[in-house]
Amino acid sequence: MNWWTPQVAATLIAMLQAVVILLAVVLAGALLSMFERRLLALWQDRYGPNRVGPLGLFQIVADMLKIFFKEDWIPPFADRTFFVLAPAIAMASLLLSFMVIPITPGWGVADLNIGILFFFAMAGINVYAVLFAGWASGNKYALLGALRASAQTLSYEVFMGLALMGIVAMTGSFNMRDIVNSQENLWFIVPQFFGFCTFVIAGIAVTHRHPFDQPEAEQELADGYHIEYSGMKWGMFFVGEYIGIVLISALLVTLFLGGWHGPLLPPIVWFLLKTAFFVVLFVLLRAALPRPRYDKVMSFGWKVCLPLTLVNLLITGAMILLIDPAA
Amino acid sequence: MEIAFYLSALVAVLATLRVVTGTHPVHALLYLIVSLIAVAMVFFALGAPFAGALEIIVYAGAIMVLFVFVVMMLNLGDSAVAQERAWLSPRVWRGPAILAAVLLVVMIVTLFGGNQDGVIRGDTLMAKEVGTLLFGPYLVVVELAAMLLLAALVAASHLGRSEAHDEADLARERQREQSDAGAAVPRPAPQETPLAAPRPATADSTNRSQEGRT
Repeated sequence: MNWWTPQVAATLIAMLQAVVILLAVVLAGALLSMFERRLLALWQDRYGPNRVGPLGLFQIVADMLKIFFKEDWIPPFADRTFFVLAPAIAMASLLLSFMVIPITPGWGVADLNIGILFFFAMAGINVYAVLFAGWASGNKYALLGALRASAQTLSYEVFMGLALMGIVAMTGSFNMRDIVNSQENLWFIVPQFFGFCTFVIAGIAVTHRHPFDQPEAEQELADGYHIEYSGMKWGMFFVGEYIGIVLISALLVTLFLGGWHGPLLPPIVWFLLKTAFFVVLFVLLRAALPRPRYDKVMSFGWKVCLPLTLVNLLITGAMILLIDPAA
Repeated sequence: MEIAFYLSALVAVLATLRVVTGTHPVHALLYLIVSLIAVAMVFFALGAPFAGALEIIVYAGAIMVLFVFVVMMLNLGDSAVAQERAWLSPRVWRGPAILAAVLLVVMIVTLFGGNQDGVIRGDTLMAKEVGTLLFGPYLVVVELAAMLLLAALVAASHLGRSEAHDEADLARERQREQSDAGAAVPRPAPQETPLAAPRPATADSTNRSQEGRT
């Protein structure tokens, strides 16, 4: 057994961790659709899907069966390459972002020194999913949705990056593990409250969640960029959106709420609890808020959030220089 | 590291070739995106992960999105493909190809004739070193770039301001004020402009007296 070195064991454990995290994220994304419908129903004083299985828990199985066996139709006027590529980009780029999130001191896929930048790179690639889907569908509504989505995502990604630079300046590192470790005594939500607010808004906008779902507004665009999609390709957009919610929640927990830090309970429980809190918050936002007009969304991003993040960054830099000029 | 470098460099060259030879505009853009990501991988392999990440964020994630955005709006059909094919005749690409070949020869000669050690080492340059360089020796260049970007931003914002929209807004406001005035004062004084009409008589008089004083 000379090949069984500690290095091989470490590699195998790391691979196992990666597979477990991947499966957990995909499962969470799929289950969220049922969870969200039940929660929405609760807040809107109705029942929601409660027929299949106990408490409607098997609704997701029924939905998945339906999605898998639906005809996988590619319109004859569509551009086949892009039409097939778009859902893959939508799901893959978001799944890859989970690579940099440290879940507990021992769990996590990659310990990248450019962790935050890797997430931004993947968020940047994710724009192409909507853009390609809208264009390849050969449908005017889809194209309009794609144009809205790309303009919105580009605008909100600008200050999404700037919102986190305060944290990077305080930690002195892009590494997510360093960021979590430096929050042991004080969570960054306290000194970086405006960064937190703008990052939440930008996160919702980048995942095209309600109230920032103008790209797929049913009333105006008849579902926007994925109007021509059916079957599992549509399912990948659908699950991809929920994976985006889980991703933004996990990022918020890692960056602003101290990651796995917390008293009494084990780290994994704290991480999951905090992430679940933000997921529920996302659902509550959808249940409670109306959808603003598109130009309002754009001017809010550029005229309110961007200046706010810049002022936040300026004050953060000044405070760092005041308190600790040597560093 | 060397294998990663040569593989991603090969991908970059092949993808860029397809950008040039491709006839479908959007497909060519997809190859350009692949090429940019491959160049980012080259940066990673050379030990500059910060530059690689920025390459993906800025070029692939922002600039190319705008390219794709614009090309998609152009609604290019089969005629564009035919035109591209016509442009790819040897008569058109012969000249630039010869010039580029001369440059390639110069580069190869420099590479093999120079005294570079020619080995890819695994030194990793992190964001801190990049930042120290940018805000140390190269500070003036950074400031100049910032000014250039600011000028571009102001110009774009000015060009993007639609006058029609402003005028429509103004007209709507005027109309609203007029209707308000119509509700408050049945018949505005004929010599007054419609914009001045909504002011109540007392406020009007105080304004006038203030104007008279100044």
